[in-house]
Amino acid sequence: MKTLESTIEEILDLAAAHFQLQKGALTADDDFFEKLGIDSLKALDLLTQLERHFRIELPDYEMQGASNVRSLAERIHARL
Amino acid sequence: MIAFQGETTSWNVRDRILEITLHREPGNEIGSRTLEEWERLVDALAEAIDGEEIGAVLCWSAIPAGFGAGADLRELYEKMQALGLAERRTRIREFLTRIHRVMTELDECAVPTVAAIQGICFGGAFELALTMDLLVADRSARFGLPELRLGLIPGFGGIPRLKRDLGNPQARDLLLTGRTMGAERAYDAGLITQLTADGRALDIARAAARQLTKLDRKAAASAKAFVKPSPREELEREIDIFTELFLRPVVEESLRTFTQRTDALTYLPPETP
Repeated sequence: MKTLESTIEEILDLAAAHFQLQKGALTADDDFFEKLGIDSLKALDLLTQLERHFRIELPDYEMQGASNVRSLAERIHARL
Repeated sequence: MIAFQGETTSWNVRDRILEITLHREPGNEIGSRTLEEWERLVDALAEAIDGEEIGAVLCWSAIPAGFGAGADLRELYEKMQALGLAERRTRIREFLTRIHRVMTELDECAVPTVAAIQGICFGGAFELALTMDLLVADRSARFGLPELRLGLIPGFGGIPRLKRDLGNPQARDLLLTGRTMGAERAYDAGLITQLTADGRALDIARAAARQLTKLDRKAAASAKAFVKPSPREELEREIDIFTELFLRPVVEESLRTFTQRTDALTYLPPETP
């Protein structure tokens, strides 16, 4: 059973690898849309990566409503 | 030899396959120019079938973003600004009637059809994909019908064909929430016929199209009539409903807002504080 903290870490690792960021460049309290400079296509790409990694379906509106990585992790965690 | 190089769409025949390439930057937005070229396409298609020049059709996008983003909403908004209510009604109905003819010709095409899909497949592009017999998609492709965010329904035949091809609960989820669906989920739901590694949809769709050309054309057309009935009555109703919805002030306002948005998920309604 994953903890919320481990889900946050996995999202940070996935985002760092996918968007080629230094480890630590993105934190749990960051607004990832702003921090990653995400446009519509990148947001969909991230959504696909998250769905594949966690083997869940995450509706777009859940990601849209997440203000930071922690709240995104909470939404993912609720579907694990 | 049937070949055409358009501004938005091109086609040629190779190995008895009519290959349609969508190539309007940035996202194959479907506007008046696209429609004119698609009308020319379905005429060429009918000619190729009559001449027994082709045994299959393959449709794919050369645009990196994907199969397509849907209707050209900026063009739609700009054009409607110059028109009064009565003229808007006439013009939107005329546009829908014309694009429905194209979609129905493709849907009922006498030879089997395949779409190779990568990236985004939204709105009108998804509606085009729904006319094809086989949908081959990259694992990372995403499908969506976000029209409700504008106060509209899909207008190019999307609802009747989605209802025909997908389980009703999934159709409701896609339509009513405006969310997108990943290709893996779409495959599990039965919407996608073949799922491929990223970047391989076109190769695999071409292989499928080659296979389609080997089978008896008349038998294929007969089989298709059984498994893919055309929902003509519902398609007619869709034009009526779309036209009425389109004429509401809320739609004009939604289109205006859309043209000004710069946030990431523009296909969803804006977040309200």
